[in-house]
Amino acid sequence: MSILVDKNTRLIVQGVTGNEGLFHTTQMVAYGTNVVGGVTPGKGGEWVLNGKLPVFDSVKTAKEATDANATIIFVPARFAADAMFEAADAGIPLIICITEGVAVQDMMRVRNYLDQKKVRLIGPNCPGLLTPGEAKVGIIPGDIAIAGNVGVVSRSGTLTYEVLYAMKNLGMGASTCVGIGGDPVNGTNFLDVLEMFEHDPKTEKVIMIGEIGGNEEERAAAYIGSKMTKPVAAFIAGQTAPAGKRMGHAGAIIEAGAGTAADKIKALEAAGVKVAKHPEEIPTLL
Amino acid sequence: MKLHEYQSKTIFSKYGIPIPKGRVAATAQEAKQIAEELGGRVVIKAQVLVGGRGKAGGVKLAKDPAEAAQLAAQILGMDIKGLPVRKVLVDEASAIDQEIYFSITNDRAAKKPVMIASAAGGIDIEEVAAKTPDKIIKSHIDPLLGLREYQARDVAVAIDLPREYMKDFVKVAMGLWEVYKATDATLAEINPLVITKDKKLVALDGKMMIDDSALFRQPDLNEMRDTDEDDPSEIEARKYGLSFIKLDGNIGCMVNGAGLAMTSMDVIKLFGGEPANFLDIGGGASSEKVTAAMRIILTDPNVKAVLFNIFGGITRCDEVARGILIAMEEVKPKVPMIVRLVGTNAEEGRKLLENANMITAETLADAARKSVEAAKKGN
Repeated sequence: MSILVDKNTRLIVQGVTGNEGLFHTTQMVAYGTNVVGGVTPGKGGEWVLNGKLPVFDSVKTAKEATDANATIIFVPARFAADAMFEAADAGIPLIICITEGVAVQDMMRVRNYLDQKKVRLIGPNCPGLLTPGEAKVGIIPGDIAIAGNVGVVSRSGTLTYEVLYAMKNLGMGASTCVGIGGDPVNGTNFLDVLEMFEHDPKTEKVIMIGEIGGNEEERAAAYIGSKMTKPVAAFIAGQTAPAGKRMGHAGAIIEAGAGTAADKIKALEAAGVKVAKHPEEIPTLL
Repeated sequence: MKLHEYQSKTIFSKYGIPIPKGRVAATAQEAKQIAEELGGRVVIKAQVLVGGRGKAGGVKLAKDPAEAAQLAAQILGMDIKGLPVRKVLVDEASAIDQEIYFSITNDRAAKKPVMIASAAGGIDIEEVAAKTPDKIIKSHIDPLLGLREYQARDVAVAIDLPREYMKDFVKVAMGLWEVYKATDATLAEINPLVITKDKKLVALDGKMMIDDSALFRQPDLNEMRDTDEDDPSEIEARKYGLSFIKLDGNIGCMVNGAGLAMTSMDVIKLFGGEPANFLDIGGGASSEKVTAAMRIILTDPNVKAVLFNIFGGITRCDEVARGILIAMEEVKPKVPMIVRLVGTNAEEGRKLLENANMITAETLADAARKSVEAAKKGN
């Protein structure tokens, strides 16, 4: 068991013929992920990966032909909202959007529409999912993590790699690693993933990697304090970030004093979470 | 991206929101001319992208064109919170009965736009929100359905707006919703929205922020960008697609990924150093980007050491290493460089940098410690 993706996931790739899409599809297939097809409007009928992977014009036709149950999106930001709507309308229950820089108002429309359809979205602006040894659905380098019993959830990309790598160096493996993305409006938040880890028999401990901005870490802390039985260790990035400045992630902005690292750390510690001083320290706290 | 008051109000007006008559001026002479055209008393308002203009003396009432010229000259020479005033807005003065706060912004927790209103409008709205939050009325908007007129009516009732202004208020609310949607705003704010003594509802002040991620479909707004408030190095960085923020410390940082970049700053601080900047070179950083990034970091004379922390994923470490070598050749840095490469093609990257006279580190903590030591020696 694991959460969200495993070896039975039947994945399609939206934007499969683009530079990024093709590179990462190759990587995902090499890792052993069950990629069943790709979508690029106007290129239906072609094949990629040396004739091994069929390309379809639409998500609907891809789903009909492959019975896909998850999609990963690599299309450019201006087309990403449309790609998410398309996947939801085609009946794909799990959408992972890697694309960075999707407009906030687009994301609000997407999120509200997907909620009505009960479709699960991971991202956007995220590194995706990794269930070590079973499925890599995203861009997390496969060789930096080993399989194990620690659930990892993070708002960041490369910082997540840092933590997975530190875990591996200590011989500690992950059940599933979920990159939820750094945007202010995204599909899945810490709380959702913590609930999944709490109910996943293979996950025994959890690592949570947050950052400044918003109040998702505080809401997660409330859940950990009241409902969670599994131990959680955390790290919050941006402790030295100046207020009001946008630190690359659209979500990592401190407005009017809300969402500071100090507040988040305080809330997490009050909920019994061990908070690391630097990322390499996190695995040692579990 | 922030818009000036005069830019915001021009947009409001296009969507049917009443604004005072007025124009923007860059000289005292222009201000005088506008005041003559308007006749009567005028308000001279500094156009800078910070709050608290009024309290800083950047908003003044002039009784005639001569005084308008004199006050405009005075305000145009001012610095407000470090920003030079290059333009003033000259508006006809309004006789005010009541000041209302009204805005539409994004509520990230609710994942929806939210309409915010208060009968206690004016300059101290933050204080109102902090001390008497019940005087602030909030109403969420379904982003798929848009603002409905009944919601605007409900808000009008909740802030005890005199009933005779209900229709005009709904018009303003629907107009502001259209503004918010059409411009990809993250904030569209009217503060104050006033009821004048001659019984009109007028947007006296306006403030807008635009979603940077949506500027690709807002070419007209993109041209309105005022870069006065940005550090020159931040403007340069934007050209190369680098996410860069200048800070006050002496350790330059070049990192891939925003979260890791913030973390690298945190760890530098943890070991007693101070970061000179935030810099995310992004995924798949080319040697051109790396060179630009290094040039930007080293233009800061405070920088005594530079830390490279690259965790290869999409970004390939050997490519970054090549970029570093090209940059070293071009920029010829005189400060110590500390480099840590992990992940995709890290081994190849390290080999490339073997003879480059750089300090290498295995872990992030190790890299930060070495950077802090190197910066101390440089001082």
